[in-house]
Amino acid sequence: MTEHQPQHQVASIWMYVGVFLALLVGTWLTVFAAVHDLGILNTPVALAIATVKAALVILFFMHAIHSTRLTWVVIIGSFLWLGVLFVLTFADYLTRLWAIQ
Amino acid sequence: MTSVTYHDVRLMEPSKTQNYLNVDYGFLSWLLTRDHKRIGILYMISISIMFILGGFFAMMMRLELLTPEGDLLTSDTYNKFFTLHGIIMIFFFLIPSIPAVLGNFILPLQIGAKDLAFPRINLLSWYLYIIGAFIGLFVIIIGGVDTGWTFYTPFSTQYSNTHVFGTTLGAFIVGFSSILTGLNFLVTIHRMRAPGLTWFRLPLFVWAIYAASIVQLLATPVLAITLVMLMVERVVHVGIFDPALGGDPLLYQHMFWFYSHPAVYIMILPAMGVASEVVAAFTRKKIFGYRFVAFSSLAIAFLGFLVWAHHMFVAGISVYSAMIFSFLSMFVAVPSAIKVFNWTATLYKGSVSWQTPMLYILGFIGLFTIGGVTGIFLASLAIDVHVTDTYFVVAHFHYIMVGGAVMAYFAGLHYWWPKITGRMYPEWWARVSALLVFVGFNLTFFPQFILGYVGMPRRYHAYAPEFQVLNVMSTAGASVLAVGYFLPLCYLLWSLRFGRKAGPNPWGAVGLEWTTPSPPPKDNFHETPVVTWEAYDYPAMLKAMGETQNV
Amino acid sequence: MSDVTPPAGEHAHHPFLQHHFEDLTQQHEASTLGMWMFLSTEILFFGGLFLAYAVYRVSYEAAWAEGAHHQNLLLGTINTAVLISSSLTMALAVYFSQLGRRIATFVTLGLTFIFGSVFLIIKGIEYHAHYVEGLLPGAYFTYHSPLAAKVELFMVFYFSMTGLHALHMVIGAGLLLYFMWRAWRGDFGPEYYSPVEIMGLYWHFIDIVWIFLFAMLYLIGRHH
Repeated sequence: MTEHQPQHQVASIWMYVGVFLALLVGTWLTVFAAVHDLGILNTPVALAIATVKAALVILFFMHAIHSTRLTWVVIIGSFLWLGVLFVLTFADYLTRLWAIQ
Repeated sequence: MTSVTYHDVRLMEPSKTQNYLNVDYGFLSWLLTRDHKRIGILYMISISIMFILGGFFAMMMRLELLTPEGDLLTSDTYNKFFTLHGIIMIFFFLIPSIPAVLGNFILPLQIGAKDLAFPRINLLSWYLYIIGAFIGLFVIIIGGVDTGWTFYTPFSTQYSNTHVFGTTLGAFIVGFSSILTGLNFLVTIHRMRAPGLTWFRLPLFVWAIYAASIVQLLATPVLAITLVMLMVERVVHVGIFDPALGGDPLLYQHMFWFYSHPAVYIMILPAMGVASEVVAAFTRKKIFGYRFVAFSSLAIAFLGFLVWAHHMFVAGISVYSAMIFSFLSMFVAVPSAIKVFNWTATLYKGSVSWQTPMLYILGFIGLFTIGGVTGIFLASLAIDVHVTDTYFVVAHFHYIMVGGAVMAYFAGLHYWWPKITGRMYPEWWARVSALLVFVGFNLTFFPQFILGYVGMPRRYHAYAPEFQVLNVMSTAGASVLAVGYFLPLCYLLWSLRFGRKAGPNPWGAVGLEWTTPSPPPKDNFHETPVVTWEAYDYPAMLKAMGETQNV
Repeated sequence: MSDVTPPAGEHAHHPFLQHHFEDLTQQHEASTLGMWMFLSTEILFFGGLFLAYAVYRVSYEAAWAEGAHHQNLLLGTINTAVLISSSLTMALAVYFSQLGRRIATFVTLGLTFIFGSVFLIIKGIEYHAHYVEGLLPGAYFTYHSPLAAKVELFMVFYFSMTGLHALHMVIGAGLLLYFMWRAWRGDFGPEYYSPVEIMGLYWHFIDIVWIFLFAMLYLIGRHH
């Protein structure tokens, strides 16, 4: 568990602007996808675009990409725990009717 | 082993008379303090009051159950009493007990830090606790609450006209106290360790607090939001959890136990940490299998999140997910057993001394084992169906929480009392009380295993006459237990004034907290310690003692 | 642009160094780690609401779609863009504070505050529209439809989630005012910018929550 010294790099303004534009494009894309019928794919596409946008914010605006390994552990750990909450709860909800059918 | 030993550090310490207690005086110097040691004391006083209050409700229940008829308390009052007993003991005593009192006081000392990473947030945690506690007390005064400590819907929605909103608000606020304490510990352990104090040189108490803090950080917010949704439901009358309004009570139970099962590990992990400290100190040995004990704390913290629905086997969850949860529940037994085996192996051929902390911890190991093994019973689907909501469950979790966590809290309190106050407690009285607690505890709760197995349900104020003999035993045991808990209150207070002066290291224990004067100075150490030794290096210390003969 | 030195130990007597830390590096690392850990608590705090939302969305898909149709997609999209813009200015504020550019830090923090306020105002307009439409759960719920009961449940989640999000924004906006004052005073520079950085982490987190709320409350079910 050695911890690196964090690198306090100062990124360039243009990187931030690029991420900002990507987020705006993502917003347009997700609205565009939402008003068209993609069959069963509407929900996955909306969530996937949201996840990509969130990842951009975390990686570049929040500087996770230059962060210590410990920060990565905290980020991944949080989503892992959230995943446990969802997966095990839905393990009940989605199998509840099996025994009856 | 390098040449600098633990003893050199102690000899370098200049003896100063100024300490954290006499550095300044007055009410405000306590209420506005940011010193982790003083905040630890504030917590100690607060949770002791709550412990007495929770104990009062327990005693009233036991008195009611002396006879099969419901003659002392009405069923409504009884419902309120077991609810308040549970809420007070869990949210206001056990969760903060070892972390917020002993962890606050000892953890920075053990890692050679001047304070926790965020002293102001630490004080804020205590104030949040106090606000939550006052709301709780206010609810008690204006009529109490009768939902059970779990606030299960629909008890907490349509069937309850008691003060559910206020109680859940209190629990919500005290939850944030717990989150901030855990956050503070995690950052402190990561960022504030003394030079040379690597992860595998940390005392196991620090590992245990670390694991418990992870649980506090990641489980408590889910309870908080669940209570928010419960309050929203009560205000707007739209069915989130209430079946009468179209809500799903099982969703409430899922979300509640996502916190409340791991919450058991918030209570027991720090207790295990105390056990490791005390076992090493009073056997004069390194903890057998240090890394296994350290990693088993993390394993318990993680696995504890995967098992929550074993509280819901009869509630109507899918049988397939019940099988998964039952299976996963068995895994928690593995790291717990690793700890018990390693403590036992440490005792083997150690020079065991029977001081009070050790008595409590020996009791802890035995009682925790019984509590853990009966937990395996309850995690198996078939047996769980038979004993759900009986006294078997009550006995099981009291063996973990009282036999485990409270015993360890008392062990830690006695072990570190000389460090906290600079005074020794009277050993004879302390041993008597340890014995009374052990005997009283078993007499109270062992009969409840039998009662539950033969079918006495929990949460009723009256019962069938054939259960009376075992209930009388249980109430008698509770009286002994009460005396056992009352004695320390007397002699510890007595020792503040009349106790023998302790000196920096009355137990001859290793660990940074014993290298600084008792009580410690305001900034803990006169010089930042540099650690060059492994945890629990008693063999090297005994060797050094033989060479220098200075003890 | 990497000529900025990290906060270093030799500045041990910096006025903002708290006494229990050895140096500013340790203080900086402790505070950023603390904020990340606080955000992991926040993830599970919002996560509980998301879970309940998801469970009922699986059960009441049609009512959820009907509820989503009552959201103003235009205002929601504008608000998303506003919040993303505020994230950009927040990121720039951290950048300028690292360089010690006092006025630029102050201005970007101010812009962040303005964007945040615009978001809250638009949110308020939307809330008012829901109230007029009778979609406020509880006593004022007058909406009629075969699925009205479950649309009301959707609106409970809508108001809980956006309300909790807005509460975080209000707290964030208050903190922004405080940090604008400190930036104006000239507190921040290459050696000491942790407060702006952890403010940024918090603000970006609020942005992330909204990105998901926008998808969950405005978009999913929109195509029907």
